[in-house]
Amino acid sequence: MIKFLNPSYVFKLSGKLLSLFKAVLLPIVVVGLIFSLFLSPKDYIQGDTVRIMYIHVPSAWISLLSFAAISFFCILNFLFKLKNVTLIYKSLAPIGLTFNIIAIVTGSIWGQPTWGTWWAWDARLTSMLILMFFYIAFIFSYKFINNSDRSIKACTLISVLGLINLVIIKYSVEWWSTLHQPSSISLTRETTVHFSMLIPLGLMLFALIMYVAVIFLMKYRIETIRIKRKGIRKL
Amino acid sequence: MLFKKVKIRLSILLTLSAISVFLIFLVFKVLEDNVLYFYSPSEIKNTNDLNLNKKIRVGGMVKKGSIQSNETEIKFVVTDLNNEIIVSYSGTVPALFAEGKGVVAEGRLRDKKFFIAKRILAKHDENYMPPELRGNLNKDAK
Repeated sequence: MIKFLNPSYVFKLSGKLLSLFKAVLLPIVVVGLIFSLFLSPKDYIQGDTVRIMYIHVPSAWISLLSFAAISFFCILNFLFKLKNVTLIYKSLAPIGLTFNIIAIVTGSIWGQPTWGTWWAWDARLTSMLILMFFYIAFIFSYKFINNSDRSIKACTLISVLGLINLVIIKYSVEWWSTLHQPSSISLTRETTVHFSMLIPLGLMLFALIMYVAVIFLMKYRIETIRIKRKGIRKL
Repeated sequence: MLFKKVKIRLSILLTLSAISVFLIFLVFKVLEDNVLYFYSPSEIKNTNDLNLNKKIRVGGMVKKGSIQSNETEIKFVVTDLNNEIIVSYSGTVPALFAEGKGVVAEGRLRDKKFFIAKRILAKHDENYMPPELRGNLNKDAK
């Protein structure tokens, strides 16, 4: 366990993982796209528009999960002053923000033909937009607050508020009437997505997670190198 | 020594979380109705302060067999299976607008039973399936 605190061990291990994930990424993206664009059926009412879901839903999940992760590591840092984990959340936050924006944009593109509007101020869409602002605030507070103690405090505050927002996002479609449909996939209820559509969804989720892993590890390694060579401008 | 510091920070964190949850709860309490994207016909029926000038949204299911349209206007019944409201609208409807499907109408109430819509949005439900299965579903419904 203690060797995970040793940066050079982590650096070596991350190199190995990176080449593994890179090898998996391209095949899984190709297979996932073939399934989602060609092999999966049209929806009975939306037609081909349903294919947007295969990128929209995984992106939304990833953006929620990565915010949960950066909050977790930020709070860990706040409580135990573990300097090493700052690298983790600094590397992950921009990726989460990107997928948050992807989820909002693809949702908007799906909404136009389906609902008849690009945007609605319902609880789900608004809370997702607020998550985007939390991401931006989080990134700004480690980028522009130079005093590291104060920047950790700011990040922790945003993490706590953001975690509450995550709960609101999750249950927004159940607590209030929204234009956004309720969850189709849940642990407690039966899935309302047909099996032939779950395959591309699962594949695309896996592909995007691999992509996140690759970008995250690349960024993590660059940050490690930057810290070792103090002359290089910091993140 | 370190342990004591962690304890202090943990208590700060827990206090902060409790205050945040409480404040956010208050915010939603104040916003209350504004968080709802639309009202159901039952909510409109039970409301006491009816504001006919305020722009609101009504949502529910388009009642089967209720769509009547002529050149200038389309009329249909929105139901939540308990109560109903008649919606009148002139304009184009989204492609997914259909009988038995979810709908959200934006506009003004004329009275508790009649709504004049300025905009119609189709509400999609959480079901996704290929077209072949739709036939089976309809058979089951009959």
